[in-house]
Amino acid sequence: MNDLTPTREQRTAALEGMGCKRKRVEDIRFTQGKGNYVDDVKLPGMLHGDFVRSPHPHARVKKIDDSAALKVPGVLAVITAETLKTVNLAWMPTLAGDVQMVLADGKVLFQNQEVAFVVATDRYAADDGINAVIVEYEPLPPLVDPFKSMDKDAPVLREDLVGKTTGAHGPRKHDNHIFEWTVGDKELTDAAFNKAEVKIKEMISYHRTHPSPLETCQCVCSFDKIKGELTIYGTFQAPHVIRTVVALIAKLPEQKIHVIAPDIGGGFGNKVGAYPGYICAAVASIVTGKPVKWVEDRIENLTATSFARDYHMTTEIAATKDGKVTGLRVHVLADHGAFDACADPSKWPAGFFNIVTGSYDFPTAHLAVDGVYTNKAPGGVAYRCSFRVTEAAYCIERAMDILAQKLNMDPAELRLKNFIKPEQFPYHSALGWEYDSGDYHTAMRKMMETTGYAALRKEQAEKRAAFARGETREIMGLGVSFFTEIVGAGPSKNCDILGIAMFDSCEIRMHPTGAGIARMGTKSQGQGHETTWAQIIATEIGIPADNIMVEEGNTDTAPYGLGTYGSRSTPVAGAAIAMAARKIKAKAQMIAAYKLEVHEDDLEFDIDGFRVKGLPEKFMSMKDICWAAYNSVPPGMEPGLEAVSYYDPPNMTYPFGAYLCVMDIDVDTGVYKVRRFYALDDCGTRINPMIIEGQVHGGLTEAFAIAMGQEIRYDDVGNVVTGSFMDFFMPTAVETPHWETDFTVTPSPHHPIGAKGVGESPNVGGVPAFSNAVNDAFSFLGSTHIQMPHDFWRNWKAAKDLGAVA
Amino acid sequence: MAKTHVTMKVNGAEVEGLVEPRTLLVHFIRENLQMTGTHIGCETTHCGACTVDIDGMSVKSCTMFAVQAQGSDITTVEGMANADGTLSALQEGFRMMHGLQCGFCTPGMIVRAHRLLKENPSPSEQEIRMGISGNICRCTGYQNIVKAIQYAAAKINGVEFREAAE
Repeated sequence: MNDLTPTREQRTAALEGMGCKRKRVEDIRFTQGKGNYVDDVKLPGMLHGDFVRSPHPHARVKKIDDSAALKVPGVLAVITAETLKTVNLAWMPTLAGDVQMVLADGKVLFQNQEVAFVVATDRYAADDGINAVIVEYEPLPPLVDPFKSMDKDAPVLREDLVGKTTGAHGPRKHDNHIFEWTVGDKELTDAAFNKAEVKIKEMISYHRTHPSPLETCQCVCSFDKIKGELTIYGTFQAPHVIRTVVALIAKLPEQKIHVIAPDIGGGFGNKVGAYPGYICAAVASIVTGKPVKWVEDRIENLTATSFARDYHMTTEIAATKDGKVTGLRVHVLADHGAFDACADPSKWPAGFFNIVTGSYDFPTAHLAVDGVYTNKAPGGVAYRCSFRVTEAAYCIERAMDILAQKLNMDPAELRLKNFIKPEQFPYHSALGWEYDSGDYHTAMRKMMETTGYAALRKEQAEKRAAFARGETREIMGLGVSFFTEIVGAGPSKNCDILGIAMFDSCEIRMHPTGAGIARMGTKSQGQGHETTWAQIIATEIGIPADNIMVEEGNTDTAPYGLGTYGSRSTPVAGAAIAMAARKIKAKAQMIAAYKLEVHEDDLEFDIDGFRVKGLPEKFMSMKDICWAAYNSVPPGMEPGLEAVSYYDPPNMTYPFGAYLCVMDIDVDTGVYKVRRFYALDDCGTRINPMIIEGQVHGGLTEAFAIAMGQEIRYDDVGNVVTGSFMDFFMPTAVETPHWETDFTVTPSPHHPIGAKGVGESPNVGGVPAFSNAVNDAFSFLGSTHIQMPHDFWRNWKAAKDLGAVA
Repeated sequence: MAKTHVTMKVNGAEVEGLVEPRTLLVHFIRENLQMTGTHIGCETTHCGACTVDIDGMSVKSCTMFAVQAQGSDITTVEGMANADGTLSALQEGFRMMHGLQCGFCTPGMIVRAHRLLKENPSPSEQEIRMGISGNICRCTGYQNIVKAIQYAAAKINGVEFREAAE
């Protein structure tokens, strides 16, 4: 030891491991325009495919005439459902157990549905071809309102299902009915309501919206006829699942399918499912013998691939008059559009909506969800949330505010009174979940203290008095939200996708020089996995994060994984990394013991190597152990230093948080201003605080957009009226509020490093905070609930309806 | 369709190509010149992922024809690094302040911010927010992009960067 010997702090810092604000390795290429996204992939002889789409929301397709299109210079083929039938691909299975038309088969069921696929030498020629395809339609009456879908005289949408009384999730009540899903004890819940001192009931809608990542969905398919191999580059959040789906539906041997997800320009749930474009590009490549690229444009993205939400939640709470909740009853009408293409684990037709009891100790609850078909685009994806968790969080957080209003209690006080207490964890909820850990009271009180909640309430009371006196036209709202998420799907006992358990994986190979590569079953779309995964390994095995390369998205090299969505990467794959790293460490310990000539039990791990207990100078660094692994392992041991882990989580994780939105609204214009937004998140152990903060900023911005205006809206005859960024609210830097972030740390007891996941929390918790702020602002004028999205016009209309504007 | 010969300067180099009159500039840059840093996000001039610098102005290349750029001087994200290949102050700022996540909007943001700082070397936060309001980011919530541009402005102006308090 001398002055040049690094201190323990210096050695730890050199690793850039967990807890450090490591700068992202991805940024070097992205800031120079050197990312490699799907549309950047160019293969020799590559063709372009694009869709003829339906202008009608509901119509019979009488005839498709492609003769003129085939004469357009550059057009090589027009694929229709008839073409696809020759390879049995006119319909494809959805992740939700339904089937979906790849191309219109006799009928179209939503506006912009895919009708024919034109293949041409370039994207301009493909567009010319589209314009030359003549489709003859016979319009049918459209079904737009989900509340009318099960009317006796409702038009029947899915003729393929007529007469089928059972669907993928049990009995069907009507030809337009998909499933009914019930959870909880109905009798006990009804009894709680019968003797309740106080009850509230409200129909709370969560409107249809869209994840709309900046990069749309796209792919390049290349079929090699000689080898019989299909290579697909695509915007896939779950590349291995895509490979298996292709193998199953295209009847190709799975080893001959190579799926590559390169850099992805945002996903937010939009890139989980399989879309007609992927199937058509693959078939077109098989037909033409050339690579075929399909790139969705923005209008196609917003109107055809995977909407989110569209849940209409009739919510009732029973309580005592001093504000203790005694029962929860929710009925959801879920509008799935023309095909049930929800991206949920197979056994969960309404995702994990049964987290709807939220952060509160409900003694009993009952939930029923009815899924229905309408003439709208298919989907129901989890837009930056675990499956239907944001709908559930919005439902309960809005309802708790309505109850507080009825009881004339402060919403924060009502929540504190009903929180699950720290000593109740692990907590078994009335709707069947086992919450792993939490300390809700501490988080809520920290939020209230940091924001000066009591003073804000006082200011609000003064402003209301001033409004009543006619001294101001501005009203003030405080939006409290306390959410509990359920993420990390999931344990094989209850989670699978098409029969594949929802584990995740990591393979680590250490090289002789003390560097290594980690290959993952996950796929980053901006979350910074290349940076954070290396940090976990750095801390676990004592090799600097800079020496670990992380690779994702190539199904030939990565171990099988279920991909990145539902905040599952850190809870599931993050655990797999730690477990694989611990296998490496265990072997390293044996090698170190052999080299240091001691028993392995006499060694202890010390930051970046193994040390003989009691003999601090006898030390072998992990770097040296890596070298030794390739030349002098103990007799009988295989050389090399690598490990793989497939992690089946024992439980989900339950991140939570306390948010507050302070908003001012001008009643005469409806113009709102977010004065302040505070977000406290508890995601357990924090791997990279810089990235967590960035995730929270981004999720809050999406929550802001959704709550305040972002909507996929249809007119009453089924036309999409928000089909481009002109009409679909995309906040810019000007509208977006300033974000304040904070945290508490309650590690997950069952996760190897205690992490819970964070990417989606701000969307889940943010939407109710914004909506509660608007509703809180208007409540003193006599309203109990105003539906989202709360844009200027709707705010003005609310003020007018409440008599605040002449 | 008959093709037209175009010439222009891109990132300091003279380039030429044959394009249809309807070929969009972004496609000429991405397909003909094979410079794929400039992205396409909306095709309607809203998102700014396709922003390039043309003759000293930020322009959305998805709604300009290649023939309209005849004879012009264009800089794309590939021309943003320092002459010695190191990251420019803006590129460094985006990395240091975590001003990007998926990276898809980043080229357009950096090209736009480059022009903003030329026009206004010491912008306020509000001026930065207004100055990048033609560029949409879905990941970051803009707060760290603002910091990234402030970082770059400070570095270019040779003053110490002070991160605004939360």
